[in-house]
Amino acid sequence: MNYTSQKSLTYNPSLTRNIGNKALTIASALFAIISVLPLILVISYVLIKGGSYINLDTLILEPEPPGDDLLSAGGIGPAITGTFIMSVIASIISIPVGVGGGIYLAEYSKSGKFAKFIRFGSNVLAGIPSIIAGVFIYAIIVSTKILFGSMFSGIAGGISLSILMIPTIIKTTDEALKLVPNDMRRAAFGVGASKFTMITNITLPAAFSSISTGVLLALARAAGETAPLIFTALFSRYYITSLDDLFYEMGSLSVLIYNFALEPYEAQNQLAWAASFILVVVLLSLNILSRWIVTLGAFSKNKV
Amino acid sequence: MDKARTSKFSLRTRPTSEKLVDVGFKNIVVAMASMVAIVLFSIFAVVYYESTESISRYGLRFLFSSAWNPVTDEYGAFTAIYGTLFTSIASLLIAIPLGVGTAIFITENIIPGYIRNVIGIMVELLAAIPSVVLGLWAVFIMEPFIRPFLNIIYELFGFIPFFGTQPLGAGMMPAILILVVMILPIITSISKDSLNQVPSKLRQAAYGIGASRWTTIFKVIIPAAISGITGGVLLALGRAMGETMAVTMIIGNSNNFSWSIFAPSYTISSMLANQFGEADGSQVSSLMYAALILMILTLLVNVFAQWIVKRLSLKYQ
Repeated sequence: MNYTSQKSLTYNPSLTRNIGNKALTIASALFAIISVLPLILVISYVLIKGGSYINLDTLILEPEPPGDDLLSAGGIGPAITGTFIMSVIASIISIPVGVGGGIYLAEYSKSGKFAKFIRFGSNVLAGIPSIIAGVFIYAIIVSTKILFGSMFSGIAGGISLSILMIPTIIKTTDEALKLVPNDMRRAAFGVGASKFTMITNITLPAAFSSISTGVLLALARAAGETAPLIFTALFSRYYITSLDDLFYEMGSLSVLIYNFALEPYEAQNQLAWAASFILVVVLLSLNILSRWIVTLGAFSKNKV
Repeated sequence: MDKARTSKFSLRTRPTSEKLVDVGFKNIVVAMASMVAIVLFSIFAVVYYESTESISRYGLRFLFSSAWNPVTDEYGAFTAIYGTLFTSIASLLIAIPLGVGTAIFITENIIPGYIRNVIGIMVELLAAIPSVVLGLWAVFIMEPFIRPFLNIIYELFGFIPFFGTQPLGAGMMPAILILVVMILPIITSISKDSLNQVPSKLRQAAYGIGASRWTTIFKVIIPAAISGITGGVLLALGRAMGETMAVTMIIGNSNNFSWSIFAPSYTISSMLANQFGEADGSQVSSLMYAALILMILTLLVNVFAQWIVKRLSLKYQ
């Protein structure tokens, strides 16, 4: 009977449990601050330092050979177009494969053995280090000179990036299609639609916003990748002038950053910062765009 | 009446073209799905095939020798394997409390919702910054900034072999720190998701019997979310082992084995990034052997992660 009378029910800050509680809350707040700090530091350095080297010349000119001229290092134009071209090549390969695979998993075989294996396989593929994708493409395309006898090429770079995009796209397509209510499928079958019509006219449009989010995120990740490119596309300081150039070395922003950051010359380092600025701005906008699409999709679902 | 119905609503027969489209579409998506399996198997097959020469020549000796001499054709990957395991596990040990702590901070009702959202989005945006940009930042900003602190540690504790070399720029310690930055978003966002999925009834029940916030977190919420958190941690471990660019730029790329965390070192992926371009002959085969080891390591970690998520989640459903 004594426990009712002796303990006060009002909050007592000097109790051990309350002190411990406060301390742990403060610790977790500190951890959160420490986790956010690198982002703020990296972004502000890249935006301020990189942004100050951005001008029309930097955006358009070809980079000069390292160490030639400290006053004018040229620009990053070819690297910007190279990154764009290789991202497009990677998307052309990985979007059909990823969306098709996702459709198979969600619409045709939801829990079959093969589907289980493909889900497991795309998880494993997503976990494989990006540099292994480069090593793989090097072994089957670059060193065998299978593409018209040329070794390092923009196409090989694009293919190696597509390997990194496929698992993300498959997973998001699969998840997005699974969220489409089964009633919509039954309604489509009920009015006599074939499975192909049902998928292309009902479920794919309903899942479109989530799928495009996944594609954008995959693209953003691939466009910033360096490791698979350093021995598939290598690097080139020149603009491509014809389709033929796709079969030769191609520059990219990320490889430019890697190469020029390690140069001992100030002018090259500045180009690396400028390239980082462009890359970070583009990738962050892609990420924010994908978030925005998600909110759009949520809105349209409410309307349905 | 019967006649009217059949004339108005006759049963539609599927035209052959529609059947063809249906079957064709199914075959196409099956083919697309199979691509995953084909790519996965061919990655393993190709890397294994290319490394057979080195495997037959060195066997398991490759794992324990730190020789790397293209002139005498003597190769061993011990330094790189040790570097890979050490940097990734050390960075994991730093990142787990930071990441899980942040996740708790933004899932429990400690701060108002909009600040929570801002922190959550910022941590996820950190994942969007390419590794090579983080490497650039690490080389020019972070490493010069932390060097004086590392020097103080060296002067005070230099007699311990772990701190036994003077920090002179690139080395294992800055690489560990940049890895922490890279794997933090993974641990945070996966822990956040699994903490959010803990039913609020559990929380209310704990508060109802008078548990304090952190007792609830440690005794109820974390045990309920442990499968997701462990999965996220293992995923982060896999990512840390395979992380290439930032590490290559900051670790110093030296194959000389040293116990000191201030000395330049190697990881398997930085070795590949650094040497693959200009390698030829049996060096390529040895690099492929190292790539195979890296693949097996990350594969084991990933499969273990999936297995643990399945096993532990059953316990709490």
